Amino acid sequence: MTAAVTFRSVSRHFGAVKAVDSVDLEIAEGEFFAMLGPSGSGKTTCLRLIAGFEQPDGGEISILGQSANGVPPWKRHVNTVFQDYALFPHMTILDNVAYGLMVRGIDKVTRHKAAEEALELVKLGGYGGRKTGQLSGGQRQRVALARALVNKPSVLLLDEPLGALDLKLREAMQEELKGLQKRLGITFILVTHDQGEALSMADRVAVFNQGRIVQSGAPEDIYNRPKTRFFADFVGSSNILPPALSESLTGTKRWTSLRPEAFTLETGNDRLSLAGQVEASSFMGAVRRIALKVGESTIHANLPAGVTIPTEGETITLHFTPEALNWLEDAV
Amino acid sequence: MRSDKHNHAPFPLTLAATGGLLFLHLPLLLIFAYAFTTEDKSFQWPPPGFTTRWLAVTWARPDVWQALSLSLQVASIATAFALVLGTLCAAALSRARFFGQEAITLLVILPIALPGIVTGIALRSAFGMMGIPFSFWTIVLGHATFCIVVVYNNAVARFRRMSPSLVEASYDLGANGFQTFRHVILPNIGTALMAGGMLAFALSFDEVIVTTFTAGQQQTLPIWMLEELIRPHERPVTNVVAMAVVLVTFIPILGAYYLTRDGAETAGSGK
Repeated sequence: MTAAVTFRSVSRHFGAVKAVDSVDLEIAEGEFFAMLGPSGSGKTTCLRLIAGFEQPDGGEISILGQSANGVPPWKRHVNTVFQDYALFPHMTILDNVAYGLMVRGIDKVTRHKAAEEALELVKLGGYGGRKTGQLSGGQRQRVALARALVNKPSVLLLDEPLGALDLKLREAMQEELKGLQKRLGITFILVTHDQGEALSMADRVAVFNQGRIVQSGAPEDIYNRPKTRFFADFVGSSNILPPALSESLTGTKRWTSLRPEAFTLETGNDRLSLAGQVEASSFMGAVRRIALKVGESTIHANLPAGVTIPTEGETITLHFTPEALNWLEDAV
Repeated sequence: MRSDKHNHAPFPLTLAATGGLLFLHLPLLLIFAYAFTTEDKSFQWPPPGFTTRWLAVTWARPDVWQALSLSLQVASIATAFALVLGTLCAAALSRARFFGQEAITLLVILPIALPGIVTGIALRSAFGMMGIPFSFWTIVLGHATFCIVVVYNNAVARFRRMSPSLVEASYDLGANGFQTFRHVILPNIGTALMAGGMLAFALSFDEVIVTTFTAGQQQTLPIWMLEELIRPHERPVTNVVAMAVVLVTFIPILGAYYLTRDGAETAGSGK
């Protein structure tokens, strides 16, 4: 099985800025792959390299086993859903969706039929006659999706596709996108800065920082076993315990991370414990979030909302199992 | 939006505005009036009589037709040049970011800020130095210098409003550069180009100063009129021609106004 997209030490520099710095990547066919990272981390440049809007300064990009270096965007079996949707304002919705088929010289009847089917796929059947200005943000997003899918691409690129939608619509679209990807079997590559989005939708996530991939893997691995401090902090905001604190707990002087939901108030046989003063306590719905001052560090803990509520200023002890402690690779 | 619809401007302001508008536009009506006078030696007010015979006289004068046809040809070709070069300039300067961009932008729009006499002298000496004889084409080149700016200004404003991802989206959907220009860029900047082209045409059509420096023996219509004013015979013919010029230039300017008025709606970024 050939990989959908392969990067071999690909670099893209803008002046002195290494936007993408010697990245290796392999995305399997039919995979839902997410590139996650803060802004300026190189994830969008990677997407643009796959789309062909940028050419690499070094390294080799292959799409479906064929070298894509120097191939212009219009000759790639890749389509993009743009962050601002980029619908053509002078065309109807139907002509927007049929655009890719039109420039390939497919006749009007055939391409309008295909476009109408694509619109039905994204639940916008019958909207073809409207202008882009008459649609809501969520509907435009679906049109952008239909416009890409109608070309039956091998790889679909999604650039922060849900960024402009409100929370409820975003959650609905997340499920819909995932369902669509499973149904169509197309490789989806999602770029996002929202870790919840990446973790909930993707089969595999690569986390970018400063032009490099810091870690990649299945969402569960990434969430529970971060490898570096940056990662532990960026994904799910883990607590990061400095070497001295880890040493006092386990006897080993290493950076460690600990998820906020690992804590309980109950003691147990082999449980480790941290004592400190409650700095803040806030109600978050399903959980209560506590900030605990332990020595120099502040530890965040999510406790079930039902437990006895520690008040601010009180000194309490939190407990967790040794397995919850995750060893980081950062140098001490 | 103003909530009070019955809000009147103060009387002195109304008076001043009316006076100003009359001062600007009454002379135009005077031109029209003298086109129909029976007196052909001097501009006598009130006109001693009314006649439409000057229309026929003008129609029969070959020098009028020559000048008019030259002016139309010059304006058309200068506008065509301007449309191509101005659009290319606008496309390059609105999208790319490079060292010296501001300086080049200034150089592009400078010809319209320069007094015509400076442009005229500069072109005349440049043509002289290069040994280019004055001809139809030197007039066209002279006019193109400021026509390009008008087209550029219109096009660049539209390009800046157009989301750059529209072009990328077109590439992404399989359209090459030419198809993208034809199906995405042109429809989005079309009205701006029409407007720019019409203004350029109107500017070229009544240009005097640059033309006097770059023309050889040919007379464009405005130059012909200038000459005609000095020679006191069949004066109303000049007025008839002036009336025609007003109408010919007024239509494209009005058209340009209507085309760019609601441009904001058609050229949005699609957001």
